[in-house]
Amino acid sequence: MHPVAQEAFLAALEQGWADPRRLHAEGRRARLLLDGAREALAEMLGARTEEIHLTAGHTASLHAAVAAVARARRRVGGRVVVSAVERAAVLAAAALAGDEVVTVPVDRTGRLDLRAWQDAVGPDVALAALQHANGEVGTLQPVAAAFEATARAGVPLLVDAGASVGHVDVGPHWDVLAADPSDWGGIAGVGVLAVRSRVRTTPTGPEDEDPWAPGGVSVPAAVAAAASLRAVLADRARSEARRALVDRIREQVAQTVRDVEVVGDPVERLPHVVTFSCLYVDGEALLGELDRQGFAVGSGSACTSSSLEPSHVLAAMGVLTHGNVRIALPSTVTPDDVEALCAVLPQAVADVRRMAGATDL
Amino acid sequence: MSGHGVDGSTGSTLVDARGLRCPAPVIALARAAREAAPGTVLTVWWTDPAARHDIPAWARMRGHKVLVTEPLAPEEGDGGDDDGRADVTRAYVTRVRTASGDAAG
Repeated sequence: MHPVAQEAFLAALEQGWADPRRLHAEGRRARLLLDGAREALAEMLGARTEEIHLTAGHTASLHAAVAAVARARRRVGGRVVVSAVERAAVLAAAALAGDEVVTVPVDRTGRLDLRAWQDAVGPDVALAALQHANGEVGTLQPVAAAFEATARAGVPLLVDAGASVGHVDVGPHWDVLAADPSDWGGIAGVGVLAVRSRVRTTPTGPEDEDPWAPGGVSVPAAVAAAASLRAVLADRARSEARRALVDRIREQVAQTVRDVEVVGDPVERLPHVVTFSCLYVDGEALLGELDRQGFAVGSGSACTSSSLEPSHVLAAMGVLTHGNVRIALPSTVTPDDVEALCAVLPQAVADVRRMAGATDL
Repeated sequence: MSGHGVDGSTGSTLVDARGLRCPAPVIALARAAREAAPGTVLTVWWTDPAARHDIPAWARMRGHKVLVTEPLAPEEGDGGDDDGRADVTRAYVTRVRTASGDAAG
């Protein structure tokens, strides 16, 4: 959480605790704060204020966007086109809303197969969804070219920028854009959805005066989202400094850890995400080992999930799914933190391999 | 639980990794590959969903070649020590030809 988010949240709680849909003075004050947050978010995302909708969270944004666009275009067609590496919420929403889901493959780096995408987005498609960047492996998608193809076919494009906003510029190539405040240091409980005025939508949720957030949104969380995004964008240099540290980790891991695949595009990527998979390594054991040494990392390996299924992203890329480590560097990270992690990794991996009796394979 | 022996039907080395969770199926297969002569066909039985992706990824990293992956025919898997497990999770068979030359292992 960004300190600015906390500050803004507490201040807004003081001033904007009331229901912004009420007409009394307290309600009007909350409405003013909410409108201010939407206006600020619009400006930062390159949208008009009336195009910004607030939701209960990023997953809710994605489900609502897919359902509302697909329903409005029912007569056009029932097919939904997605990349194979979309967030699980997009894949689930597409399966619910579409008569047919067309999944476009990615290459070994996780980048969309643009030719297959161009072939898939015909005029009978209800909507297409492509992430701005993949949050698991960091690869940026060719969103501008993908948008050109959907625009030509008259198909609305949903861009899930949940992993990008606050870290890289997302550009204007979208019809619907979803951003996730909790990814840039905001406070959980609000999602941001920008819907271009030209896009037709038919809400599918409960009857409510705000169909994107039935029951209303958290005003303090919305204010905190706008304030923390402003703070993060103002400090772009700090965000970009992480790029060199990610390069350092990628290079060190490849050099010092045996039998490892550093995954995701080495250049066209998010500045703060680095992912690698270690052959013969139990991801859960490695996470536990790193956690004991004070490093909190993530994993897409099956043994770290509640299901037996490994990450669909790693699987679609055709890279090793076991022994996977995903590191998201916070903006407060220092070069010393990174050196400390690089120093313990080779031994941690070797220890886990030794425990599995997989040292000499 | 797992082990490897000679598969009577094909004459190739058999690794029974049914019931093992990632990364154990790939480790068992790599052990068999280390023992095998270059160019040997290894057969592995597996149930772990991660193996579908990780066996090809391992083969690519080691220079081995995946020949085929298909559901394990019920009669093929019978008679082992795994009865009762195969009906919990679907079993598959993958055949891998080990790298020729000294890249194998």
